[in-house]
Amino acid sequence: MIFNFIFGRRHRHAQGNGALADLQVGERGIVRELRLDHSIAEHLMNLGFVPGLEVSVERSGPGGDPRVYRVEGTEVALRRELSRYIEVSLVGAAAFGD
Amino acid sequence: MTCHAVARPEEQNAAGVRTVAVVGPPNSGKTTLYNRLTGLRQKVANFPGVTVEHHVGYMRNPLSEEVALIDLPGIYSLHPKSEDERVAVEVLQGKMPGMPRPDAVIVVLNSNNLNTHLVLAARVIALGLPTLVLLNMADELKRQKGAVDVLALARELGTPVALVSATTGEGLEAVRNFLSATSSPPEPLELPVVGSTRSVREWAVRVGETANYRRPATPVWTKRLDNIFLHRVWGPLIFLAVIVAVFQMIFVAGKPLQDILQGFLDATGARVGAILSDGMLRSLIINGVWKGAGSVVVFLPQILLLFLVIGILEDSGYLARAAVIADRTMSRVGLNGKSFIPLLSAYACAVPAIMATRTIENKRDRIATILIAPFMTCSARLPVYTMVIAAFIPGRPVLGPFLSTRAAAMLGLYVLGFLMAVFTARILKSTILRSKDAPFILEMPPYRWPMPASLGLRLVDRGKAFLYRAGTVIMLISIVLWAATNFPMHNGQPPAIQDSWVASVGHAIEPVIRPLGFDWKIGVGLVTSLAAREVIIATLGTLNGIDAEVHSFDLQMALRQELTLPGAVALLVFFAFAMQCMSTLAVVRRETNSWTWPAAQFAYMTVVAYVSAYAAYHITGYFIR
Repeated sequence: MIFNFIFGRRHRHAQGNGALADLQVGERGIVRELRLDHSIAEHLMNLGFVPGLEVSVERSGPGGDPRVYRVEGTEVALRRELSRYIEVSLVGAAAFGD
Repeated sequence: MTCHAVARPEEQNAAGVRTVAVVGPPNSGKTTLYNRLTGLRQKVANFPGVTVEHHVGYMRNPLSEEVALIDLPGIYSLHPKSEDERVAVEVLQGKMPGMPRPDAVIVVLNSNNLNTHLVLAARVIALGLPTLVLLNMADELKRQKGAVDVLALARELGTPVALVSATTGEGLEAVRNFLSATSSPPEPLELPVVGSTRSVREWAVRVGETANYRRPATPVWTKRLDNIFLHRVWGPLIFLAVIVAVFQMIFVAGKPLQDILQGFLDATGARVGAILSDGMLRSLIINGVWKGAGSVVVFLPQILLLFLVIGILEDSGYLARAAVIADRTMSRVGLNGKSFIPLLSAYACAVPAIMATRTIENKRDRIATILIAPFMTCSARLPVYTMVIAAFIPGRPVLGPFLSTRAAAMLGLYVLGFLMAVFTARILKSTILRSKDAPFILEMPPYRWPMPASLGLRLVDRGKAFLYRAGTVIMLISIVLWAATNFPMHNGQPPAIQDSWVASVGHAIEPVIRPLGFDWKIGVGLVTSLAAREVIIATLGTLNGIDAEVHSFDLQMALRQELTLPGAVALLVFFAFAMQCMSTLAVVRRETNSWTWPAAQFAYMTVVAYVSAYAAYHITGYFIR
């Protein structure tokens, strides 16, 4: 877990890839990879965080952490810490409305 | 036990179905559906050797034959890593000792979230039992403009599929039809029996597409409410307001109800007493059994109210939002927002709270939550607090009509327990239970109206459990205590209280508790309250009820003769911290599967309680001098 995430915020738009944590509220991304322990990754996948699916940042909790994400029909709250290890590629521009 | 794995046609009736397992993911409305099918005809049971609890309920099939429905824990898949899922797999495969293999399975899925939930359906169908797939929450699906072709889905899965709503009862005749039809095992064409979650998930999306599944839009109310409840300013304010409202309700609504029940119990006791002739039997029944158990039963209204409020918060979906708001604060003590739900429940009772810690995946976090839960002011402490506060603290307004001195003292005790819990959590999480930050992963259900029937059933469940405890453990202790106060006999007469057995016990421990300002009677109360906190009231009632010096049954008066103000404060502090609850210890032993944790917890809490009560006694003594 001493994974030092290489896709910094500055490079995100250039490469189209980044961590879920780097998405702003209202932005969407496609899940690429879960760089997490097997059991945690399994749990996330059961909730819908499956590579290939679209995830959107719905809102942020008071104080900015945890944030609420939406994958398909499910809304899931995750801490920022964890969402750093979920690799996504950005979809389009920020979505307005839904 | 492998013999259960084979089919037993000779044991089956014409319909073929006698035992049905009900499985489904959390938030699929499985429990509501289950309650709808079985109603009050259900009981809680434990699987042997594991901590997982389940309900067994009964319903009749169209042939009026009894069918047992086994409610399995809410699970997402059949991954044998988690205990809940392992239990589900073992039951479904007929490997659970003492439980025959079910004849059929009902899989309850949330139709609002089909693609995710079909993964579980695939795994269950692959086990080869006759299976019925219920797509629950049909009403929400339609309202939010979603759609699914049930027949196409049934073809893909090789099982019957029905669109139902547990809330409205729509479509539930499918269950009865399923139970009466001669069920045959499914013949899945290309179910991904083995394979990673990812590949099963991809299969689920394909099946969803074939069945023309259109996911419903998020209810607009959920978005609107979340805009308020998770707002950076309003969110935390509403959170605090909700907690204050919960406590206000317990006291404002709980007290009158309690007085009514008390009146009823007193009247009944007096009537029974009038029938019986004077003597030992009457003394046993009235002073031992009735007064002992009755003094605990009167707290039923408050306990039910608290469970009702927590139930409403849970079913409406607010509790998940509360966990998100609490997460930042909880993370400072090294726990996460999920610990908040069990800890809030611990304000009602540590026993269900400790059972609720199962939602915490991280084992160390879970044990830490279990260890601090009994510091939360549970409802069993309420009677003790109420009585001592009423006896020693005059009721005066502090903040106008909103807060009286007594309510403030009560609030202070709640805060005290909470602070000790936080302090203990910090110590645990920075020493023996240190772990990397546990993931906080919490599904946010849409807001829903809580269903009265579902809430009612849960209250009946809790009420029964509480009365059972009052009727067994506490009554037994009441009788033992009555005997200890009425023996040894002299010339066929009960002894004076100071010559009885109970006095000997109280006197024996008096040297230990005298530094806390307690006399031998309080000592007896402390001994008997080891079984359950509220028993001290019954004990003091019995002790004073037969005390010649105190003709009044008014316990508060009696207490004022026994305790000084510093002693009373010490008693309150002692009760805030001490682990005086056999049920909690038993459930901790069960949940941690070791005697080490409950033993350590008991020792730690007793030491903390003693030292703090000692300090409280001397500090209060210093200030009132």
